[in-house]
Amino acid sequence: MSKSINVALIGNPNTGKTSIFNELTGLNQKVGNYPGITVEKKEGICKLSRGLRAHIIDLPGTYSLNTTSLDESVVVELLMNKNDKDFPEVVVLISDVENLKRNLLLYTQIKDLKIPVILAINMADRMLRKGIKIDVPQLEKDLDTRIALISARKKTGIDELKELMANYQTLSNQPVVDASRIAPDYFDRLKLAFPNEDLYKLWLVITQDTNFGEIDKKPLEEKSDFGTLSNAELKRLQHKETIVRYQFINNVLKQSYEVDLHAAKGLRATVDKILMHKVFGYLIFFLILLLIFQAIYDWSSYPMDFIDEQFAALGQWVKTTLPSGVFTDLIAEGILAGIAGIVIFIPQIAFLFFFIAILEESGYMSRVVFLMDRLMRPFGLSGKSIVPLISGAACAIPAIMATRNITNWKERLITILVTPFVTCSARLPVYLIIIALVIPAGTFLGFSYQALTLLLLYFVGFAAALLSAKILHHTLKLSNRQFFVMEMPSYKVPRIKDVLFAAVEKTKSFVYGAGKIILAIAIVLWFLGSNGYRQEFKNAEELVTERINTEGFSTQSQQYIDSQLAEVTTAERYTQLLQIQENAKQQEIASFKLEHSYIGVMGKFIEPMVQPLGYDWKIGIAVLTSFAAREVFVSTLSTIYSVGSEEEDTIKHRMAMEVNVGNNKPLFNFASGISLLLFYAFAMQCMSTLAIVKKETNSWKWPMMQLVGMTLFAYLVALLAYQILQ
Amino acid sequence: MTITDLKPGEIAIIDEFEAYMPPIKLLELGCLPGSSIEILIEAPINGPIYVNVNGSHIAIRRTVASQIGVLPFKSAEHE
Repeated sequence: MSKSINVALIGNPNTGKTSIFNELTGLNQKVGNYPGITVEKKEGICKLSRGLRAHIIDLPGTYSLNTTSLDESVVVELLMNKNDKDFPEVVVLISDVENLKRNLLLYTQIKDLKIPVILAINMADRMLRKGIKIDVPQLEKDLDTRIALISARKKTGIDELKELMANYQTLSNQPVVDASRIAPDYFDRLKLAFPNEDLYKLWLVITQDTNFGEIDKKPLEEKSDFGTLSNAELKRLQHKETIVRYQFINNVLKQSYEVDLHAAKGLRATVDKILMHKVFGYLIFFLILLLIFQAIYDWSSYPMDFIDEQFAALGQWVKTTLPSGVFTDLIAEGILAGIAGIVIFIPQIAFLFFFIAILEESGYMSRVVFLMDRLMRPFGLSGKSIVPLISGAACAIPAIMATRNITNWKERLITILVTPFVTCSARLPVYLIIIALVIPAGTFLGFSYQALTLLLLYFVGFAAALLSAKILHHTLKLSNRQFFVMEMPSYKVPRIKDVLFAAVEKTKSFVYGAGKIILAIAIVLWFLGSNGYRQEFKNAEELVTERINTEGFSTQSQQYIDSQLAEVTTAERYTQLLQIQENAKQQEIASFKLEHSYIGVMGKFIEPMVQPLGYDWKIGIAVLTSFAAREVFVSTLSTIYSVGSEEEDTIKHRMAMEVNVGNNKPLFNFASGISLLLFYAFAMQCMSTLAIVKKETNSWKWPMMQLVGMTLFAYLVALLAYQILQ
Repeated sequence: MTITDLKPGEIAIIDEFEAYMPPIKLLELGCLPGSSIEILIEAPINGPIYVNVNGSHIAIRRTVASQIGVLPFKSAEHE
C-alpha cells in the first residue's frame, strides 16, 4: 500500500481547473455529492513519483474565501477543518495566465490559512500571443511558493506539477499577507480572547456564514469581550482586506509580470461585438437553440426508438423463454419496463449536456446569460435560468440537471420548481391525439385551428412557468445574498475530452441517482395495474370467455376482427380467423383485467372527482397511469378500449365513439378535450421528473410540493374550463 | 457621475466607495477604487453592462452599476 496524500484543486471559475483535473486523474475519477447538500464532489487518484499517490479533490470554482453560495462554502469548510478526512496536505491553486492578478487574491487567502499552496498557472501557451512575460523565479520568491507553468490543452507542465505535489513537504506554509493590518486593535483583542486560535481563521469564522467543524461559531458569540462589530463594520473591513491584498499583489506583479499590450492579439472584442450584438446576438442564440433542440428533439428520437424496440423485444423474449407466472411478469413488465424508462432518457441527457458543455467551455454561455438577463429579471430570475427553461421544452429531466450552473440557490430552486410547466415532448402525443379529436379543422388567417391550439399550449406552459417563478420569488423565504456580477471569460475552443467527460458524468448521475426511484415507482405501477383483489380480476379469463361465447365479441373487437380479415386473402381467411379471434379475446381480457385491477378500482374511485372535469373512469385510469410518464396516456387508453394497436388513427377512431354515460354526448367533446389538454399542460405527471428533483434538491419536500401544487392547479383550471365550456 | 453615465468605449476611474457598499464580489473581481473602468457593451432595454475593470471582464446589473461613482479619466490623472 503506497502512501496517499490529499491534494485540493482550487481556483477561480473559467481557469481550466476541470481540464487539469481530467488530465491528472484521467478515468480514475468519480463524481458524487457532498453529504446533505447538492454540491457536486469530484475526486480522483493520480500517481506521483516514488510510489506516492495523490487523492485529488476538484473543489468548486470560487473567486475568494468570502462565500456567497453553497459551492463556495464547501471550499472554506474543507480548508478550515483539519479533522476532515479530505483535508488537503497541499493545495494546487489553478490560475489562468491572463487573469493572474485576480487569481492571486484567492492564493493569498489560502496561504494565510497556513496551508502549502502550489501555484499552477494554466493556459501558459497563450503567453506569447497575449504579450505576457513572467519572471518565474522572482514570482516564486515573492509569493513564497513553487510555480508550475502548464497548459492543459497542450498537455505541458503536468509532470512538473506532479513533481511539485510529490515534494509538498518542502513548500512553505507561511502567510504572505498580514490580514490583521486592516484593523490592528480589533485583531489584538481577538488574540487576547482566543490566544490559541489562528487569527485569520477566526476572522473567517466571524465573517462567513457557514458551518465550521473545528471552530464553532458559538464560543465566539458567547465570548464577546473582544468587541463585536456590526455587520456594516465587518463588511467595510472585508472591503479593506480585499484592497490590502490587491495592493500586495500589485506590488508583487510589478516585479515579475509584464504585459505588452501592443503584442497582445485577441479576438475577444470582435467576437463579443457580434455575439453580444443587440440584434445579431439574439439571432445567433436563437439559431444555436434551434440546433440544440433539433438534437434533443429529433436526433435523439433514433436512439430512443432503438432503445424502446430493444426493451420491448427483450420483454417479449423473457415472456416466451421463462416459464409464465408472476415472476416472469415482474421481470418483463415491471423491472424491464422500469429500466427502459430510465435508459430511454439517456440520449436526450447526453445530447443536452454535450451542447451545454461546449457552450460553457467556449465561454459563450456567459454571453447568453448577459443577453437574456433583462428578460428574466421581472420574474426574479437571471439570465442563467434561460437554458434550463428552454431545454425543458424537450424534457424536464436534463433541464433540471442543467440548473446546476445557477449559483444562486434561490434562483436555482425556483427554476427547478417551474421547469416542469414547460411543454415537454412527452406531452406532445397526448396533445396531438386530443387536438385531432376535439379541435375543428378550420383555419384562421391561413393557420389551422389545430396548429394554433398546439402553439397556444406551448405558450401557456411557458407563461405558467414564468408566472409561478414570480410568485415563488415573492413567497419563498430564502436568503438571496447573491448579486448579479458575472465574469465574461475569454473564448476558447472546447476540449473534446472535457466535453465528453461532462456528458458521460451527467448521464451517469441521472442513471444512478434518479434511476432507483424511477425503477421503484415503475414496479409499483406495474403491480397496481396487473393485480387486483376482486373476483372479476381473478376470474377474468373465464368471465370474458363466457361473455364472448354467449353475447359475442364487443363492437370494438368485431371491428378489429373485420379489419384484420380484410387484410388477408380469401384462401387464408379460415386459418387466420381463429388466430385473430384469439387476439381479440386476449385484448378483451387485458381490458377487463385492467378495469378490475387495483389501478382500475382507483380509476373508478376517483371518477366522482374527475366527472366535473368531463372525464369518465377510463380517462381517470389513463390520468393515473400517466404519472409513470405522460405518453403512457395513449397506450393505457388503447388497453382499456382493447384496441390492440397503438396506431393513432385506430385509437382516435375508438375514442371518438366513446359516449359520456351522464349526458349521452360524445365523451371527447370540445369542453372535455380542452379540460384534458389543460390538465396535461399543468399537472405534475412524471415520476422521473419527481425523482430528479428529489436528487437535485436533496429533499422530498420540493418534489411533493410540485406534485400537489401543480396537480391541484391543473385540476382547478381543467374544472373551470369544462364548467364554462360545456 | 456613476458607471451608468458612461457610454460604450468611454473610460473612467472608480471613485472611493462612500455611502454605498458594493457587494464584496465586485471588489474581488477587481472593481476597486482607483481602478480604470471601460464600458464595452450594454445589453438592450436597461439590461446589464459589460465592462473591463482593472483587466477583468465582467457584467453587472444597472442597479449596482448606478451606485458606483466614477471620476473622468482625465481629471483623475491630474491628482
